[in-house]
Amino acid sequence: MIEFHSVTKRFPDGTLAVDDFSLALPSHKTTVFVGTSGSGKTTLLRMINRMVDPTSGSIDIDGADIGTLEPVQLRRGIGYVMQNSGLLPHRRVVDNVATVPMLRGTPKRKAREEALVLLDTVGLDRSLANRYPNQLSGGQQQRVGVARGLAVNPNILLMDEPFGAVDPIVRAELQQELLRLQRELGKTVVFVTHDIDEAFLLGDRVVILRTGGKVAQVGTPAEILANPIDEFVATFVGADRGKRSLHVENRGDGDIVVDGTGRLAGVLVGSRSPTASSTVGTGESKAGPRGPGAPAQGGDSR
Amino acid sequence: MSFLIDTLAWLSDPANWVGAGGIPTRLAQHLLFTLVTLVIAAAIAVPIGFLIGHTGRGRGFAVATSGAFRAIPTLGLLTLVALWVGIGLNAPYVALTVLAIPPILAGAYTGFEAVDRKVIDAARAVGMSEAQIVLKVELPLGLPLLIGGLRSATLQVVATATLAAYVADFGLGRYLFAGLRTRDYGEMLGGSILVILLAIVLEGVFALVQKLVVPRGVTAGLPTDIPGGSSRSRPVMESTIEEGNSNVHST
Repeated sequence: MIEFHSVTKRFPDGTLAVDDFSLALPSHKTTVFVGTSGSGKTTLLRMINRMVDPTSGSIDIDGADIGTLEPVQLRRGIGYVMQNSGLLPHRRVVDNVATVPMLRGTPKRKAREEALVLLDTVGLDRSLANRYPNQLSGGQQQRVGVARGLAVNPNILLMDEPFGAVDPIVRAELQQELLRLQRELGKTVVFVTHDIDEAFLLGDRVVILRTGGKVAQVGTPAEILANPIDEFVATFVGADRGKRSLHVENRGDGDIVVDGTGRLAGVLVGSRSPTASSTVGTGESKAGPRGPGAPAQGGDSR
Repeated sequence: MSFLIDTLAWLSDPANWVGAGGIPTRLAQHLLFTLVTLVIAAAIAVPIGFLIGHTGRGRGFAVATSGAFRAIPTLGLLTLVALWVGIGLNAPYVALTVLAIPPILAGAYTGFEAVDRKVIDAARAVGMSEAQIVLKVELPLGLPLLIGGLRSATLQVVATATLAAYVADFGLGRYLFAGLRTRDYGEMLGGSILVILLAIVLEGVFALVQKLVVPRGVTAGLPTDIPGGSSRSRPVMESTIEEGNSNVHST
């Protein structure tokens, strides 16, 4: 369990990144911090491994105040995955994954063997182990980054917009991989993103932040979608624009499902009759009759 | 033309290749002097350069100081120091160390600065101590530029080290000063040729070292790394296909 107690962070230039933030992050769950630039989400994440120290307030991990712990030792016990992977370009994939265990004193041989197993875990072929990061695609580098984050078998995994720099197809794939990993490993994951769809897809709990590190709303994706607490949240999750409301249109040769912005969301299979459109209204709850094989649009289909 | 004949005669005279004043002895002295100067200069400039590069502080100070150091005429400084500490090798060591510091300093801090900040941030975030970041990340990645600085310092020192003979009976410069005094232009030119050859050899050695110290991972996958001509496109192709395949499996 990670607990923030009245944490405030003001940077030397006067920017108030986080303002009196208090929250408990449950263990073995994924908590997603989501917000626009300047909402302090990355600062909050980096305070957990003391890459940033709070100006006031304290953070406890399993009841221990991390302010009293030595930063380097603390970081070696926490997995960290960042955007653009942050791999060491002069080290091979396998050595990148083995870096932290070796810092903690694991013999090189053993660390490398365990690194190979981790490559399996994150779905990378072992033949890539002796490549250098520059020789990998963005998605593969990001998988190596996740493997490195898992290398010390940490209880806590911090992920700072890890899928922000890969293309949408690879991102969707990596998101599914993370969901699978999380089902298998049950880590306490803290995930930062500016993508609300990603937040709703991955988060057991979602923390929506507004500028200046203030909490706008905390809850499960369903709670937030059903009851946006105010205008800001409603706008952020896109409810007010009807972005998530689906309706059916007839285009002559069949019924298609269209979302609020007019984009194709799927095809209605099994009802060729033109009258079908009159029986399906608008609204999230009516998204049910989508046919199998309809291309789901990420979080939109929840 | 008689210069060249004199030079060839001087270079091929067996008497010039033996004894305390012989070419091998003076060549070794010259080389040793260059080496010691570089070691002293590096011992001063490298730690300072690393500190500046690692912390990002004091860069302006370093640029200004190296600029000022570069502007000091070596012969003038040599004379000044010699007047102060007396005849001998101390004055040339001081003067040439001052000459060698700016390029080494610049190489050290630009090497460190060139390392991607995100890589350093990630290294720190996974639990590397500051010393480990310097030794395991910044040093290997910044080494090519540091060696570049040493290379340019070496060239300047090996050429200017002829001035050591101005205040001491030492090094290849002795042939230049002695030849000038006795109007033996063959000896002067011969000595110069030896200095030039030494400089070219050292330059070649450094060019090789500089190539060797570039971490393989840095060149790997870049357009310059084309041993077989088409090897660049192959890994990229493979990875694209793999992503596609695993996508199929996971959906």
